[in-house]
Amino acid sequence: MTAELGLAALWLAAALAGLQLLAGALALTDRGAMLAGIVRPVAVVQGVLALVAFLALIAVFADTDLSVKLVAMNSHSLKPMIFKIAGAWGNHEGSMLLWVTVMGMAGGVVALIERRLPEPAMLATLAGQAFVSLGFYAFLLIASNPFERLSPVPEEGNGLNPLLQDLGLAFHPPTLYLGYVGLSVAFSFAIGALVTRQVGPAFARAMRPWVLGAWIFLTLGITAGSYWAYYELGWGGWWFWDPVENASLMPWLAATALLHSVSVLASRDALRAWTVMLGVVAFSMSMIGTFLVRSGILTSVHAFAVDPQRGSFILALLAINIGGALTLFALRAGTVSEGERFMPVSREGALVFNNVMLSAILGIVLFGTLYPLVAEAMGAKVSVGPPYFNPMGALFAVPMLVVLAVGPLLRWRRDRFSRVRRLLVIPAMLVGTGVIAMVALGGVALLPTLGFALALGLGWASVLPLKGRNLRRTPLPIWGMVVAHFGIAVSLLGMSCESAFSIEKLVAVKMGDATGVGPWQVKLDAVEPMAGPNWTALEARLLVRYGDHGKVMQLDPQSRSFWAPPQQTSESALLTRWNGQLYAVLGGEADDGRWQLRLWWKPFVPLIWLGGLLIALGGVLALFGRVASDLRRIFAREKIAYRRGRIAQLESSRE
Amino acid sequence: MAQAGRIKAKHQRLVLLAVALLVLIGAALLAAWALRNQASYFYVPAEIAARPPEPGRSVRLGGMVTRGSLKTAADGVTIAFAVEDGRARVPVRFKGIVPSLFVEGSGVVAEGRLGADGVFQADNLLAKHDENYVPREMKDMTRDQAEQVMRETK
Repeated sequence: MTAELGLAALWLAAALAGLQLLAGALALTDRGAMLAGIVRPVAVVQGVLALVAFLALIAVFADTDLSVKLVAMNSHSLKPMIFKIAGAWGNHEGSMLLWVTVMGMAGGVVALIERRLPEPAMLATLAGQAFVSLGFYAFLLIASNPFERLSPVPEEGNGLNPLLQDLGLAFHPPTLYLGYVGLSVAFSFAIGALVTRQVGPAFARAMRPWVLGAWIFLTLGITAGSYWAYYELGWGGWWFWDPVENASLMPWLAATALLHSVSVLASRDALRAWTVMLGVVAFSMSMIGTFLVRSGILTSVHAFAVDPQRGSFILALLAINIGGALTLFALRAGTVSEGERFMPVSREGALVFNNVMLSAILGIVLFGTLYPLVAEAMGAKVSVGPPYFNPMGALFAVPMLVVLAVGPLLRWRRDRFSRVRRLLVIPAMLVGTGVIAMVALGGVALLPTLGFALALGLGWASVLPLKGRNLRRTPLPIWGMVVAHFGIAVSLLGMSCESAFSIEKLVAVKMGDATGVGPWQVKLDAVEPMAGPNWTALEARLLVRYGDHGKVMQLDPQSRSFWAPPQQTSESALLTRWNGQLYAVLGGEADDGRWQLRLWWKPFVPLIWLGGLLIALGGVLALFGRVASDLRRIFAREKIAYRRGRIAQLESSRE
Repeated sequence: MAQAGRIKAKHQRLVLLAVALLVLIGAALLAAWALRNQASYFYVPAEIAARPPEPGRSVRLGGMVTRGSLKTAADGVTIAFAVEDGRARVPVRFKGIVPSLFVEGSGVVAEGRLGADGVFQADNLLAKHDENYVPREMKDMTRDQAEQVMRETK
């Protein structure tokens, strides 16, 4: 019953999206103006219905209703409850339903609360949102119905990929999806502004919280995904330039550029056409990401089903949405009038420079990700990895980081370097010291050296905008900027230290024998079997000590065997100290009874993800600041209206 | 500074557009050049025998692990084995923890480089994880070549 309820809600939501598109488009014409009133309520109800469908899917997964094909394919009655629920979106159909749910609800929220834009721009925005949603509803209902029944009902389900049975990963896809879909709202605003020729600060202010929100979720999603890959894959790396990782990085790069240009548009009324273009590009990257991950065109842990029909369906959606938006942009870009001017040396100039750098990095990642597909079409099998991405990315990231340190100190419109030169003496000295220190150490590659030095300089420079300010009165968005930029320095420092100072040890040890990695002494104490709810494992007990006098601590890496589906994973064990992480992986047993151990000492590696969290925190602060000042403005307006009403009342009663 | 006021908004937009386009086209050309040099090509043993890649260039090698070829060195973590495709055989050396489904007679993709001594130095081994996760090249190979390979090697 629940499944049918969900399916009915999904069909109704799709129908309402159609109505929303039609009514929104007609209401823009003279004759359809009376339809304008229904667009907002329809958008809200559409969001609610999509949520009902999604909750129905969670319900069938929670009670493992094996008559639903999706549950039988992806779940198992013995799975822990949290993974049963997470399993609802840990597959192709469920994740697409999550996508439309978030998209529908975002549209509903826009319809409910956004009152600043002129009504025609709102109608065009909601119609645009409905247009994009409609494509995804069609995709779900035609090519990937999540509620399809199965007959005969199987005795037991297939289970979920063990690599995905991890708490962090249960919340990783929804986080990224919130980011992807938040960008769809920005896209719809851009479409609405283009259609009604209303590209200006009001449009930017309406769009900004959505871009900020999406960017926060993308940042968190990438940070969590990177940490997951780090501890779950057991390879010791934190970023592999895997196509799926790139699929989440590309929208982030575009959103970062958009976030900054939308701020310029909101406060300085410059960069109009560029902001609209970035709005289109950012959502295009979300869709390309979804296409790469979901079409099965790339083999990866994340690519669920290989189904050519689905791939072509998403590709068609991609072509329609992106092609349509770019055509609209080409037609209307000429009518977007120029914004305010600025000098090259100014805050705007720095932001434009970094926007271009971000776009260049985005292009490089996109090229590298798509190149294997193109090459394969031409008959060559290639893969592209760090030897391409690292130097090419750094080529544009290094100038970007330098400008990132200087830009926030510059004034809007026009400035001189000589004004900020004195402020930059200490950061420049820090960069120099960093380079000298790394060269003196010797054996450190170029990129970690540069990264380390720039991280020191940027760390100092990023807090300089607070200099001379009353910290209590500093607006939250400024705090947000400082915290996020500081987070970039922290993350960069972690990355550089990881690649410059990591020590790896690969050994086979007898029971009771000791080995060492960096400052650590590691003793293999025991290897014992143990059992979990749907797996068995061999667990090693490692007794570890930092230095000669440290406290003895215990690490328990496992080698797990899942039985539904049958698969082995290695569960690494981590020990975090203030100055780094010890990372241990248990390998196989050699013929002579020795056990393989792979150990890493990674100084300061947690800074990578700590930096990621700081970047997201900066976003949260800025979002809070913006929303709070918007709310204050709304309250003030209502108060004024109320007082005027009272005065009018009093005057009329006096008469 | 003085001329700042005289630059028209339209001109500024054109200049910005030109600079941005120039940088992006430059990035694209650089990327294309780097991709030609840095992309890692996929080889089967017969191709390595016929046209070996230059030593030190990172490539990937795919094939079946030859039965009886797997040897573990005295340190317990270095292994040597051979990869074959029915026509040629390439010796491989790998130091690390092998994937759980890496066994003799099954498929493998090794990432690494061909050494000057003709031994392939693998940095990473990809084995078939489960039905849903197969290295892409191996999927094609099991379809096109595996049966033939098995027939010829048995």
